[in-house]
Amino acid sequence: MTDHAPATEPALTDPATAAPTEVSSFRIVGSLVVAGLVSGLILVGAFLWTQPLIAANQAAALQAAIFRVVPGTTTTAPMHQAGDGVALVKPGGEVKGEALIYACTRKDGSLVGYAIPGQGSGFMDTISLLYGYDPGRKVIVGMEVLDSRETPGLGDKIITDKHFLENFKALAVEPDLVPVKRGLKTKPNEVDMITGASISSKAVVSILHKGNRTWLPRIGAATSKGGK
Amino acid sequence: MSQAGDDHALRNELVKGIWRENPVLLQVLGLCPAMAVTNSLSNAIVMGVATGFVLVGSSVIVSALRRVIPPQVRISIYVIIIATFVTVVDFALAAYLPTAHKALGAFIALIVVNCLILGRQEAFAAKNTVPLAIADAVGMTIGNTLALVAIGVVREVLGSGTLLGVNLFGDKFEPWVIMVLPPGGFITMGLLLFAIALRKEAALRAQAAALQEAP
Repeated sequence: MTDHAPATEPALTDPATAAPTEVSSFRIVGSLVVAGLVSGLILVGAFLWTQPLIAANQAAALQAAIFRVVPGTTTTAPMHQAGDGVALVKPGGEVKGEALIYACTRKDGSLVGYAIPGQGSGFMDTISLLYGYDPGRKVIVGMEVLDSRETPGLGDKIITDKHFLENFKALAVEPDLVPVKRGLKTKPNEVDMITGASISSKAVVSILHKGNRTWLPRIGAATSKGGK
Repeated sequence: MSQAGDDHALRNELVKGIWRENPVLLQVLGLCPAMAVTNSLSNAIVMGVATGFVLVGSSVIVSALRRVIPPQVRISIYVIIIATFVTVVDFALAAYLPTAHKALGAFIALIVVNCLILGRQEAFAAKNTVPLAIADAVGMTIGNTLALVAIGVVREVLGSGTLLGVNLFGDKFEPWVIMVLPPGGFITMGLLLFAIALRKEAALRAQAAALQEAP
């Protein structure tokens, strides 16, 4: 306290009625500017301090998910679009914001499949997910939602519903994926929807569909050329 | 003020928020987070602690600067202070508790508009010394967290059949999905407030009866 306050604390001075006319507008503007500046500095500091951790968390979550959506993986390598196909990202050659997929290999170096990230509109917000694709059998072998804001208890079943997730253990990608009502799945390219969460579960299928269109022809081109 | 008087005042400010002036259950403040994120006990705890950190932090700053902040722009400055704390909490949770951050989503950022926090700055921190403001903020935090926990327990047990993620009833139990959805929040909150109102009325009646008997 810089000012010479009286010894006894004026406990209940209502700031709203405490002589508002005596404050100069310079002080009003000044205090707002100072408050904004100090706040800005703190925010920049907090951002710089937490950003590496947040980025590391996201990267770790993605890496962990790759191993789950492509079972049997021991090593992964990022790949990017190159011409009509895909090519391994050279060390240090990653471009920020570039779409990547991940080639998954076994211990002996043979290819298990690819982990493909996808995004699209869900019921509430963007759903981002990662799915595994086996080019040998032409099936999707796993799917995991990385981030979503679907309705708790309904839409978020796309993350928790075992029956729904079972769809993606061996889902044929040819012909195109078809969403069907729960329990009506008969063909390998059909996906059983979740009752009460049809928008969210259809969103998942359409994200997979979009990912397939973008990546599968490229992966096909790359594998037919013998390149990994 | 004597030492004993100080201690008494501090204790009084601390205790009042826990029950007598419980922010959620009796002042009925900050209901948006109280209903939005209480669909599980862990969410309720994280939300209570995050709100508490913002409340205590802002109360200290507002109380320390109460003679410096010009009254005309005090609300704007309170909001800047609160928003700064909230953003720091948001970043820190994303960095250190990513799962909790994912579960609470936008509601962390929405702590800014929790009227409990701004209300305590205007009603208490801006008029009292730092120790009293801390006592008040800590008391309100405990009261707020307890209320969130009470609602969270009811909603998680009935709505998911679990408590802190541990399955309570086995596979036979069909969860009352409505309890984890927004209506569940309203229903639980309504019943809690009703129970408290009944209790209050019973206490008042007992008081009135005692007064009538007295002469």
